[in-house]
Amino acid sequence: MGVVAPQRFGSDAPLRLKSGVTLPAFELVYETYGTLNASRSNAVLVCHALSGNHHLAGVTADNPDEIGWWDNLIGPGKPLDTRRFFVVGVNNLGGCYGSTGPLSINPETGRRYGADFPLVLVEDWVQAQARLADHLGIETWAAVVGGSLGGMQALEWAMRFPDRLRHVIAIAATPKLTAQNIAFNEVARQAILSDTNFHGGHYAEYGVVPSNGLRLARMIGHITYLSDSQMGDKFGRQLSKGEYQFSYDVNFEVESYLRHQGSKFSAFFDANTYLTTTKALDYFDPAYDHDGDLSAALASARADFLIVSFTTDWRFSPARSREIVFALMKNRRRVSYANVDCDAGHDSFLLADPHYHAVLRAYFENIRL
Amino acid sequence: MNIHKLSKRERERFDFDIIAHWIPAGERVLDLGCGDGNLLRYLSETKRVEGCGVEINPQSVLQCVRNGVNVLQIDIEGGLSGFEDLSFDHAIISQALQAMHATERILAEMLRVAGEAVVSFPNFAYRTNRSAVAKGHMPVSPDLPYEWYDTPNVRFFTLVDFEALCDQLGIEIREKLAFDETGRRVTDDPNLNGSLAFYLLGRRPE
Repeated sequence: MGVVAPQRFGSDAPLRLKSGVTLPAFELVYETYGTLNASRSNAVLVCHALSGNHHLAGVTADNPDEIGWWDNLIGPGKPLDTRRFFVVGVNNLGGCYGSTGPLSINPETGRRYGADFPLVLVEDWVQAQARLADHLGIETWAAVVGGSLGGMQALEWAMRFPDRLRHVIAIAATPKLTAQNIAFNEVARQAILSDTNFHGGHYAEYGVVPSNGLRLARMIGHITYLSDSQMGDKFGRQLSKGEYQFSYDVNFEVESYLRHQGSKFSAFFDANTYLTTTKALDYFDPAYDHDGDLSAALASARADFLIVSFTTDWRFSPARSREIVFALMKNRRRVSYANVDCDAGHDSFLLADPHYHAVLRAYFENIRL
Repeated sequence: MNIHKLSKRERERFDFDIIAHWIPAGERVLDLGCGDGNLLRYLSETKRVEGCGVEINPQSVLQCVRNGVNVLQIDIEGGLSGFEDLSFDHAIISQALQAMHATERILAEMLRVAGEAVVSFPNFAYRTNRSAVAKGHMPVSPDLPYEWYDTPNVRFFTLVDFEALCDQLGIEIREKLAFDETGRRVTDDPNLNGSLAFYLLGRRPE
């Protein structure tokens, strides 16, 4: 993809959030790849998941080592081919990569929002993304694409703005979290909230970060992204020093791996963003306002859908994707569904499994511009 | 015409034409075990049907997506419980029923989710199959092109067996066509002279 430059979009119109709070103005940081065609029919929005951001592919000039998180999918000649499509990546509201969020300065106080930043939910992200689409002159997306929480945003687009997208590609998604999903999120939140450096979310004012809590939160989350068999293959009971140490230091390789993942993550991610994003996951349930009837929630959708799940994903299992599929079928939508046999659990959606990418490539190639 | 000599594509076309003849234009059609989606593509191009394929093989699913055919990668052995009653005009199962275990359930489910069903299958009692068995061998023919040890088929049945099951399940046979292995329609003793059978089925009025 080469070198890309992040851009900023500012909206001065107030945004009423689902929680009832109004955000007077906001900024979003985004990147684009490829060229918007004359009829503006080739734009694809890629929505990110919990820890993702606007930097989908390529590198930026000031950070040549930081390759975009979906670089294996997006670029010239790749399944989402930027020679054909104009691809947009955006850091969501409440994020910590430059869009308005807990790290931003609260104009009312002149200090960082921290914990005072309102809860932003999937519906709010999509509203903000629609403002960006207006700004870019994109009336209708050729497709809105996302994995996991990104897939939930793609579904929300289809329900909220049915005339503004032609295809939804929702990968490893779910129509709502299970009790178990919420439980894992709650443990992650408690890890952050109980960190002595959290200071009620105003840690920035104390010049500290609740990195221990964030580290634990990431470790817990990470377990749910992987499959048991893949962890077994990758680590098994391998020992870091070749023998039992009979101590609480790192002894099993899997411990070393999780600690490394947790530390790496806590060094750059914002704890308040993590908290609000897990709440966005928990509260997403479009069927809630329709007596639990998902097909009623999806009745407004007009797009065509590709739903993809992974056989070893136990976080958002294939059965959850099939709930979406059959709710769409009830609404007579055009739907394709692939259940990809990939060993890597929920995180499979980020990998370049050949069959998975072949399905995406074929679907994108058949999108008429 | 000798269907032995037809290419795979021409052979498919032969089957498709027979099925298409029972599908009115513009219908909603469910194709169970839809393979590469060629039938649904054909029906969409010739009859403007709104099609949905169901297929379990990943490579076939990919081929359907390439074909621009809507496909759901779902195991129909578990039933069609996600599909609503009468959400399709026709449900088709083309030369795939013999490869499934849940025969009764699939037939019943097809006529729950669709107004009519189209079923095609190879006839195990076809003349050459009988003579193969008479000589002490499992039959291998253009319509049963597998050796016994690598066949995907798990149900071995004949026209009369199938009709008896339909009767037992309250399924009405609305039309029936049988062809010998040269592709010629047979009406005289189809259970002996038919290699491939096509049925149009509906629910028997209560």
